[in-house]
This record gives sequence, C-alpha cells and structure tokens, in this order.
Amino acid sequence: MFFDFLLEYLSIAIFLFIALALSIGFIAVNFAFSPKNPDPEKLSAYECGFEAFDSARSEFDVRFYLVAILFIIFDLEIAFLFPWSVSLGNIGLLGFYSMMIFLFILTIGFIYEWKKGALEWE
Amino acid sequence: MEFIYTIYNETYKILLLLIPLLISVALIVWFDRRVWGFVQKRKGPNVVGPFGLFQTVADALKYIFKEIIIPASANKIVFILAPIVTMTLALSAWSVIPLSERIIIADINVGVLYIFAISSLGVYGIIMGGWASNSKYPFLGSIRSAAQMVSYEVSIGIIIINVLLCVGSLNLKDIVLAQEKLWFVVPLFPMFVIFFISALAETNRPPFDLPEAEAELVAGYQTEYSGMMYAMFWLGEYANILLLCALGSILFLGGWLSPIDIYPFNIIPGVFWMIFKILLLFFMFAIIKAIVPRYRYDQLMKLGWKVFLPFSLLYVVLTASFLVYFDLLPK
Repeated sequence: MFFDFLLEYLSIAIFLFIALALSIGFIAVNFAFSPKNPDPEKLSAYECGFEAFDSARSEFDVRFYLVAILFIIFDLEIAFLFPWSVSLGNIGLLGFYSMMIFLFILTIGFIYEWKKGALEWE
Repeated sequence: MEFIYTIYNETYKILLLLIPLLISVALIVWFDRRVWGFVQKRKGPNVVGPFGLFQTVADALKYIFKEIIIPASANKIVFILAPIVTMTLALSAWSVIPLSERIIIADINVGVLYIFAISSLGVYGIIMGGWASNSKYPFLGSIRSAAQMVSYEVSIGIIIINVLLCVGSLNLKDIVLAQEKLWFVVPLFPMFVIFFISALAETNRPPFDLPEAEAELVAGYQTEYSGMMYAMFWLGEYANILLLCALGSILFLGGWLSPIDIYPFNIIPGVFWMIFKILLLFFMFAIIKAIVPRYRYDQLMKLGWKVFLPFSLLYVVLTASFLVYFDLLPK
C-alpha cells in the first residue's frame, strides 16, 4: 500500500531524470556538431547599430518588484484555498463562513492597494 | 531484482509517452505555421515531406549544425542552464496528465498541485536566460515575461479552485470522471473563457507576446541564444502550450470522455477524444495568433489584475455559495 504510493512518485523522478538527460543530450549533440570560430564582434552583447554603452545590470522599474510581492500574497491565498475547496463537503457551514470572512478581509486589502495605485501602469 | 524490473518497466512507459510527445510538438509547430499561413492567404511550410510535415524535423537538424554563440559578458553556467531548465520542466509536467483512463504515467492524488508547482517553476528558465545574457533586451524581456506569467498564474489558480469545488479531489482522473454527466464548461463557462485567455498570457502567445515583441525587444529573453539552445526554449514553449491545452480539456471539456454517450461515439477509444480536444483548443490558439493584434503592456497588466483576478475570485464565492445552498457538494 505504502509502496504503491511511493511508486507513483518514483515514476515522476524517473521522468524528471529522462527529461533532464534529453535536454543535456540536445545541447551535447549541438556542441559536438557545431562549427567553432568565435570572434570578438560575434561574442559582444547584442545592440542595434552601435556599441553597447551601458551595463545591462542597471536599475529597472520598481513596479515589477511590486507585482512580485502581490503575486506572493495571492499565490499563498490560492495555496490556502486548495485544501478548503477539496474538503468543503466535509467541513460544513463553519468552514464555508470562515473562508468567506477570510476572503472579505483579503478583498479589503485588495481594494486598498487598488486605491493606492499599486496596480497602475502608465 | 524486482526493484530494477520496476524501474525498467516505468522507463519503458515513460519513453512511450515522451517520444510521441516530442513528435507531436514538432507536428504542432508545423500546424501552427500552416494555420497562420492560411489565415494570411499564404501556403505556409509545404515543401519538406508530404504537405511540409517534416519541416520542423528539418529545422531541428539545421539547429544542430549551427554555431553556439555564448556572449563574452554572459554568465556562462546560468546561460547554458536556462534552456535545460525550461525544457526539463516543460516536459516533466506531462508525467501526471491522463490521456485516457489507463494511459497515465503517475496517477498521484495531488495531480493539479503538481502541475501548478511545475508550471510556476517555468518562470525560472526565462529569468535565468534573460539575466545571464547580460544584455539589455533579454533582460527587459525576461522581467516583463516573469511579471506577466506570475500575474496570470494567479487567475489560473483561482479558476482551478472553481473546478475543485465541483469535484472535491485534486486527482486529475477524478476531475475527468466527475464530468460524466455534465462537462464543467457548461456551468463554469465564464471561467473557461478566462482560463483560455490566461493560458495565452501564461505561455507568452500572441496577443500577449510582449516579452518577445519584435518591434521593441528584438526577441526578448531569447535574443542572445543560438543553435539548439534557442530551439530548446521554443520546444519548451510549445510543450507548455500543449500542456495548457491538455489541462483545459481535462478541467472543462471532459478529458477523454466522449461528448455524447451513444453508440457510434462511445466505442471510439478515449485517447482519441483527448487528442481531438487538445487539437481543438490548439487550433483556437493558432487562430487567435493570426487574427488578434498585440496588447500594450499596461493593458495586459490591467486585464490580469483588475479584471480577471476580482472576477474569478467573485466566481469562487458564487460557486461555493451555490453548492453549499443546494447541498450539491461532493462528500
């Protein structure tokens, strides 16, 4: 019984291993057959018509960071909703109302960040 | 001894799924280009093999003989690792997809969670590729892509909650079997539409292909890649598109079940129905690529956070209330 349970995960592990071997194999074949004649121009970073004059490791818009934070909040909420949605039939009205209160609080937070302009891109 | 036999057996089963999967990715690329061609009144690829069917194989062979260019300023290890990560993750998500009642590699009881986890990790391949290139366009493309993918992942997650409420199980086979009487596309039709649009955004397909918008970002995170490593990004992308089509048909279109349970239809093996539904969804992907103009980035983020997220959250509340009120919840 317990062995059967693990067996399913064993096949996932084998699958991961085969997929990894396949991707490394693709690159290895390419390395084996490709011509190799590098020159400095070919190896420079791409730029259109002129020399790249600035490092690519520069600052970028803080909104991307904000999106990542919002994603963590909502993804955690989804991780919280998964077990609730599967077991709602067994936890009855108490479970239902608890989640509704939680979602209500979350919605207040969502409205706050909307009003604060965290979702604006202009 | 028995253990080695089990590993051998599983490997055999996996190769039996993986090789057809790679072949179908090659065919689906051909199909995509062909549909795109016909919409624009061109022929599309039609020279290599019958109807141009072997075009993708010819392309792959060409990529093998192309020079690998790794930029001098790049972080070399991460640069090579990025396409490996992308392709490994895109393929490994397929290990839990049931193509029919018996054709499934790993029938785990948290199938949906596994797919969700693996597709979240898909962002890493893109971020690694864009950052390691150490060049402006790939970097901008990869942060755009990451922000877009995580935004739409939230709405896909909430849509899946709707389906789970109706099923009461995370097992993908149980989800299909729960649709024997009624496919979830009927009661959850708005969710199906949002799922489809989010799937387009999640896989960076047009009209949401902003990370690789040619006009402004050259080719996004793939700009510095060449040869097989470039091909692997694109193979991973198409494997992901097929995965989301398969997920859409499992969650909403009844998986391998036949549309009507009467004589000539129900003797057709389930796997054909499954493949037919995946192709149907992919055809919609291809048509949309051909006919819809590209979105602007602020419109894209607005659609994800201000329309899809509140609406799907509201639909979760509605579905749960309906099921609780009429006592229809699965026990």
